[in-house]
Amino acid sequence: MKYQTQKLAYPYFIAAMGLFVAQVLGGAIAGTIYVFPNFLSEIMPFNIIRMIHTNALIVWLLMGFFGAAYYLIPEEAETEIYSPKLAWIQFWLFLFGAAAAVVGYLFGIHEGREFLEQPLWIKVAIVVVALMFLFNITMTLLKGKKTVVAIILTMGLWGLALFFLFAFYNPSNLALDKMYWWYVVHLWVEGVWELILASILAFMLIKMTGVDREVIEKWLYVIVGLALFSGLLGTGHHYYWIGTPGYWQWLGSIFSTLEVFPFLAMVIFSFYIVRKGNRNHPNKAAILWILGCTVLSFFGAGVWGFMHTLAPINYYTHGTQITASHGHLAFFGAYVMINLAIITYAMPHLRGQQPYNQTLNMWSFWIMCSGMCFMTFTLTAAGVLQTHLERVMGLDFMEVQEQIALFYWMRLGSGVVVILGVLLFVYATFSKGKEKQAS
Amino acid sequence: MSEGMTKTAARNIFFGGTIFFFVIFVVLTAQSHFYILEESTDVSTLTASVERGKRVWEENACINCHTLFGEGAYFAPELGKVWVKFGGADDPETGRETLKAWMNAMPTGIEGRRQMPQFNLTDQEHEDLAAFFEWISRVDTQNWPPKPAE
Ligand code: HEC
Ligand code: HEM
Ligand code: HEM
Ligand SMILES: [Fe+2]
Repeated sequence: MKYQTQKLAYPYFIAAMGLFVAQVLGGAIAGTIYVFPNFLSEIMPFNIIRMIHTNALIVWLLMGFFGAAYYLIPEEAETEIYSPKLAWIQFWLFLFGAAAAVVGYLFGIHEGREFLEQPLWIKVAIVVVALMFLFNITMTLLKGKKTVVAIILTMGLWGLALFFLFAFYNPSNLALDKMYWWYVVHLWVEGVWELILASILAFMLIKMTGVDREVIEKWLYVIVGLALFSGLLGTGHHYYWIGTPGYWQWLGSIFSTLEVFPFLAMVIFSFYIVRKGNRNHPNKAAILWILGCTVLSFFGAGVWGFMHTLAPINYYTHGTQITASHGHLAFFGAYVMINLAIITYAMPHLRGQQPYNQTLNMWSFWIMCSGMCFMTFTLTAAGVLQTHLERVMGLDFMEVQEQIALFYWMRLGSGVVVILGVLLFVYATFSKGKEKQAS
Repeated sequence: MSEGMTKTAARNIFFGGTIFFFVIFVVLTAQSHFYILEESTDVSTLTASVERGKRVWEENACINCHTLFGEGAYFAPELGKVWVKFGGADDPETGRETLKAWMNAMPTGIEGRRQMPQFNLTDQEHEDLAAFFEWISRVDTQNWPPKPAE
C-alpha cells in the first residue's frame, strides 16, 4: 500500500462483508418460506424478507465499489484522497441509511417498486452519499494522474449516480413507470456497472501480472465499448411486454444478444493477461477470484441471459424461475465475485499482513461457486417446467408450483452451502494469518 | 485481437460509439413515451382512483410476492389480467366484489399452501385497487401473457 488514504477502503470492506452475510441469510429465509409456506407468514411475510435480501445485496455491492474506488484511485492517480474526512462521513451516513432502511422494512415502512423500496428520505440520503463520494473521487482525480483505469471507473460511478435519479420519477401511468424503472435496473447492471467491473479487473491485472499497462488499457476500452454499444439498446429486452412499442422485440433481441460479447471478451482478456504475465504474484487466491469472476459472469449474464433474451422465447419464460436463475448467477458471477476479488487482493495490504489464509479463502471460493451453480441449475429446471406447464399447457400458477416443489428444496440446500462458503470467506479474510507466505 | 488498434483509436471509438448509441436510445425511449401515452394505454381513464390504487399496490409491496406484466417476484400469481380473471371485464361490479372478497379472505391459513397477508384495506382502498387492476388490464402488452388453448 503506497498511500495512507487507501486505508479508507477498510471500513467499507468490513461493512460490505457484514451486509453480505445478512443478505444470504435473508435469502435462506426466503428459500425456507418457499418450502415451508407457513413459516413466519404471520409475522414476517415473504415480501419483506425478499426486500431485505435484494436491498442488502445492492447496498453491500455499492459499499464494495466505494471501498474499491478508495483503494485504487490513490494508486492510479498517484496522490492521496482529496478528503479522508468526507469519506468517513459518507461511510457512516451510508451505513446508517442502510440500517434505517432495514429496520423500517421490518416495521412495514417502504415504497413499492422492486429494488427501489427505500423510503424517499433514504433515496435522498443515497444521493447525498453518492455526491460526497463523487466529489471526493473526482477532486482526487483532478489533482492526480488520469489513467484510463481511473477514468473508466469514475465514469461508471458517475453513471451509477445519474441513472439512480430515475428512482425519483414514479409516474402514475404503470407502463411509463416500468419503462423508466429499467433506466435504473438495466442500465446499472448491463451498462455503467460493467465499467466499474472492467476497470477494477484491469487494475488488479495490472498490479498482479506485470503486463504492460498500454495493452491492458486498450482491452479495457474495447470491453467497455462493447458493453455500452450493446447494453444501451439492449434495454429493449425489457420492453417487450410492458406497453412499449413492438419494434423493441427486434431491437431488444438483437442488441441484448450482442451483450454476451463484453462478457466473453472479459474471459479472454483475463486468461490471456494472466497467462502472459510472468510475475509470480503470491496472492493466488485473488487470481482465482478474478478468473472465476469473468467465467461465471460469462455464464450467468452471457449464457443464462441469452437463454431467455430473444423475444419469442421470452414471451413464454418472462417472469418465471428462469429469470430468478439468471438473476442469481449473473449478480453473483459479475458483481459479488468482483467485490470478493478486490477484497481478497486488497485485504493483506490493508491489514498489513502477508497473504493471509489463502487455503481457506480458496476453499470458500469453490464452496460458494458450486453452491451458486447448483442453485442456478435447480432454478433453471424449475423454470423450464414452470414455463411448460403454466405458459404452454395453461395450468394454474399455484398448481404448477406444487409440482416443482422438489426443486425449491434443492435450492434451499444449495443456498445453505453458499452460506457456509460466505462464512468461511469472512473467517479466512479476518482471521489472523498464521500461514507463512509461500515464496 | 486489439493488437492492430492504437489506444487512442480505441478511446475514440468508445466515446464516439457510446454517444451515438446513447442518443439513439434516448430518441427511441422518447418515441416510446409518446406511444404509451397515445397508443398502448388509455390516458383518458387514468383517474385519481387508478392513481390511488397504484399507491395501495406500492404501499403494501405486493410486487415482492407477485409479478405485474411479468416483473416482480415469482412467489405468487401474475396479476396483470386478474381483473379479467375475476370477471371484471364483463361486469365491473363482479370484478370489484370478487377482488374485495379475495383480499378479505386472506390469509387462508391452509397448512402447506403459500400465504398472502391480510392488509386490512378500507372500502375506498378496495375501490381504488379495483380501478387500478381494471385500468392496467387494458394496457396493450403485445398479447402477453400467453393464453394456451384451454
Ligand atoms: C407475502 C406474499 C404476498 C403479498 C405481499 C401479496 N400477495 Fe397476493 N397472493 C399471494 C399468494 C401466495 C397468492 C395465491 C394464494 C392462493 O392461491 O392460495 C396470492 C393471490 C392473490 C390474488 C389472486 C390471484 C389469482 O390469480 O387468483 C390477488 C388478486 C392478489 N393476490 C392481490 C394482492 C394484492 C393487491 C397485494 C398487495 C396489496 C398482494 N396480493 C400482496 C401472496 C402475496
Ligand atoms: C451482470 C449482468 C447482469 C445482471 C446482474 C442481470 C440481472 C438480472 C436480473 C436481477 C433480472 C430480473 C429483473 C427483475 O426483477 O425483473 C434480469 C432480467 C433479465 N436479464 Fe439480466 N442480468 C445481467 C445481464 C444480462 C445479459 C447480458 C442478458 C442477455 C444476454 C440478460 C437478459 C435478461 C433478460 C431477457 C431478463 C428478463 C427476464 C424476464 O423476462 O423475466 N441479462 N437480469
Ligand atoms: C450471493 C448470492 C446471492 C445473490 C447474488 C442473490 C441475488 C438475488 C436477486 C438478484 C434476487 C432477485 C431475483 C429476480 O428478481 O429475478 C434474489 C431473489 C431471491 N433469492 Fe437470492 N441471491 C443470493 C443468494 C441467495 C441464497 C443463498 C438464497 C437461499 C436459498 C437465495 C434465495 C432467494 C429467493 C428465495 C429469492 C426470491 C425469488 C422469488 O421472487 O421467487 N438467494 N436473489
Ligand atoms: Fe437487462
